[in-house]
Amino acid sequence: MKEFIILGVVTFFSLVTYYLVEPYAHHVMHPHVDSKHFAYADLPALEKVGNAEDGANTFMAGGCIGCHNVESIGMMTGMDALASAQAFGGVNPPDLSNAGTIYDEKFLADLIRNPAHATMVEHKFSDVKPHPMPPFYGAGGDMDQEVADIVAYLKSIAKPAEEITPAMAYNNACGRCHSLKYEGWTQMGEKPNFKYKKDELRYDANVLEYQEGVTKYMGKLPPDLSMYYKSRGAHFIETFIEDPQTHLAGTAMPRVGVTADSAEKIVEHLADSADTKRVERESIAKNVMIYLLIFTIFAYLWKRQVWKELH
Amino acid sequence: MAHFEKAKSIHDWLDQRLAIDKVNKVMQTEYWIPKNINFLWAMGMVLVITFMMLLVSGIFLLMYYQPNIATAFDSVNYTIMREVEFGWLWRHVHAVAASVVFLIIYIHMFTGIYYGSYKKGREMIWISGMLLFVAFSAEAFSGYMLPWGQMSYWAGMVITNLFSLGSLEMNGIVEWIRGDYVPAQAFLTRFFMLHVLLVPLAIMALIGIHFAALRIPHVNNQDGDEFDYDEESAKYLAGDTKGSKVIRFANDFLSKDLFVVAVYLIFFFYLVFWNYGFAMDPVNFDPADGLKTPAHIYPEWYFLWSYEILRPFSKDIGLMAFGFAQVIFVLLPFLDRSPNVAPANRRGPFAIWFWLMIVDLIALTAMGKLPPEGIFSTIGLYAAVTFIALWVALPFITMMEKKK
Repeated sequence: MKEFIILGVVTFFSLVTYYLVEPYAHHVMHPHVDSKHFAYADLPALEKVGNAEDGANTFMAGGCIGCHNVESIGMMTGMDALASAQAFGGVNPPDLSNAGTIYDEKFLADLIRNPAHATMVEHKFSDVKPHPMPPFYGAGGDMDQEVADIVAYLKSIAKPAEEITPAMAYNNACGRCHSLKYEGWTQMGEKPNFKYKKDELRYDANVLEYQEGVTKYMGKLPPDLSMYYKSRGAHFIETFIEDPQTHLAGTAMPRVGVTADSAEKIVEHLADSADTKRVERESIAKNVMIYLLIFTIFAYLWKRQVWKELH
Repeated sequence: MAHFEKAKSIHDWLDQRLAIDKVNKVMQTEYWIPKNINFLWAMGMVLVITFMMLLVSGIFLLMYYQPNIATAFDSVNYTIMREVEFGWLWRHVHAVAASVVFLIIYIHMFTGIYYGSYKKGREMIWISGMLLFVAFSAEAFSGYMLPWGQMSYWAGMVITNLFSLGSLEMNGIVEWIRGDYVPAQAFLTRFFMLHVLLVPLAIMALIGIHFAALRIPHVNNQDGDEFDYDEESAKYLAGDTKGSKVIRFANDFLSKDLFVVAVYLIFFFYLVFWNYGFAMDPVNFDPADGLKTPAHIYPEWYFLWSYEILRPFSKDIGLMAFGFAQVIFVLLPFLDRSPNVAPANRRGPFAIWFWLMIVDLIALTAMGKLPPEGIFSTIGLYAAVTFIALWVALPFITMMEKKK
């Protein structure tokens, strides 16, 4: 009995210390930011029902494919990532094949009309220094309808959410600014295996050049995200993606406007990079615990047997 | 030349040459331990097991770790955590053990303080134990540098800066320790050497001394009773195992140790698999960057109390208070002026001193991590002053204590 009281005292003081230096201290240092569940409540809802067929025409006529690849329908600008980034203001514009699934429709609609507003970086741009993506000024008809049509078109050509892998979501929404070294990803895409050193050096030099452009555009080279799942945690990443300004007011990082499903996939991809062995850990943990439980039972029985002669 | 007979068995052959029977008696079957003890007496064995886990996991990590500022971070977070089979397991075991070993050291230490196991012949046990604490601290700090993350770098910067000794501005010493103006390659390589060679050697030597120091004064017991070991052990050997106040180290004490170790291992591996975050600070998963100071720099939890004694004062006074905190525990056997060896709760005012000290250390630990603003600074300052005051008061409190 006395031993249990002692154990209780030791446990009590250990837990108090643990609570103060871990959950409590981290709560004070990093105030909690609530997730808004990717509702994008600040953006207006689509009032018109879009028509994908009309949207296709507006999309082609509106000039989107001047800068954006749409690989799934074979529309390519013919430029590689570096040339495209250099031509269009610092960052390679995303391929729009799956944009209708990866990004929220309200966000897409707002982005088409006013990119700096949708991405929440209006503090960075002005009339003198406009956002590199020109807004869509309308094709002469009802602009609300036209925008809704384009969004409907993007949705119609995109793969369904089940077919979007975590890597696809990351690469499209984050990977053009952030490298992911541990997954073999550079801002220009997946790094190929090279047979000759000179080819690899040429590729690396191109990546450096691309990074220079992104640095100029963002003010700072966006960090490699290989270990972010460990250094920031899932909740931080999710709420940061949803609205970077809540964590880092004035940051140059744009809101990327992904859906809740895509955000989950992005976090999963980052977990694959930083906590690769989490599934293996769970399965081994179970076996180790079973082993230790049996070991403890035997240790207890041995102790009882030995101490029978002593008490 | 000594006379050897033809051996009757392998056992006999070995016994003639190594006296294994005698060694077995001295080290195990006739190494007498008091019977009147509780599970806190098993913390020594728990520490031995934890140290073994650190050693073994460290050996495996050493096969892949690269002490180079360009590759250290990736060798840990990519190579060991992703490429090496079970590398993640060795790293988690190593990191969790490095943190938990301090929890057990503190429990072990305060068990000694509570039961008065540091005086009347047991001073060398205490002193060698405190030297082990210093060696483990050096080991923990040097190991923390190796992943070369943001906390490695900035903790290295802050702690080595202390050696400029405040207003004395002895920056030459700091540069000498770092081998550079800032933590860089020379710094990482020498802390690597300290972590994998010099400090572990010192720890192993000190463990030997710590065990040897225990042999003559014997282990203390729950009531601080003094008794005749020869008489009690004779009673035991005569068959009165129930009446004797002593037990054999093996298997009597060992069987209890092993049970405690088993329960401890459940706790330990629970942390390894499910709750390892406390032992691997998130900030250290950002690679070292000398141009980007983290918003909050703090040491691992086991150094927080002494860090907080440094922090609330002005530079020079803080350093002196910090120096005081580092050495004062070693002097405990000489600052406690009472001859009584008894549990703290039977020692009058010392009981209050003991529990106040625990609460104060926990307060210091918490404030050491929290940002030094507002109420946290105030509590930190009071706790630091209380810490010093408690030590100043100790000789007087214990002098007043009545002799039992």
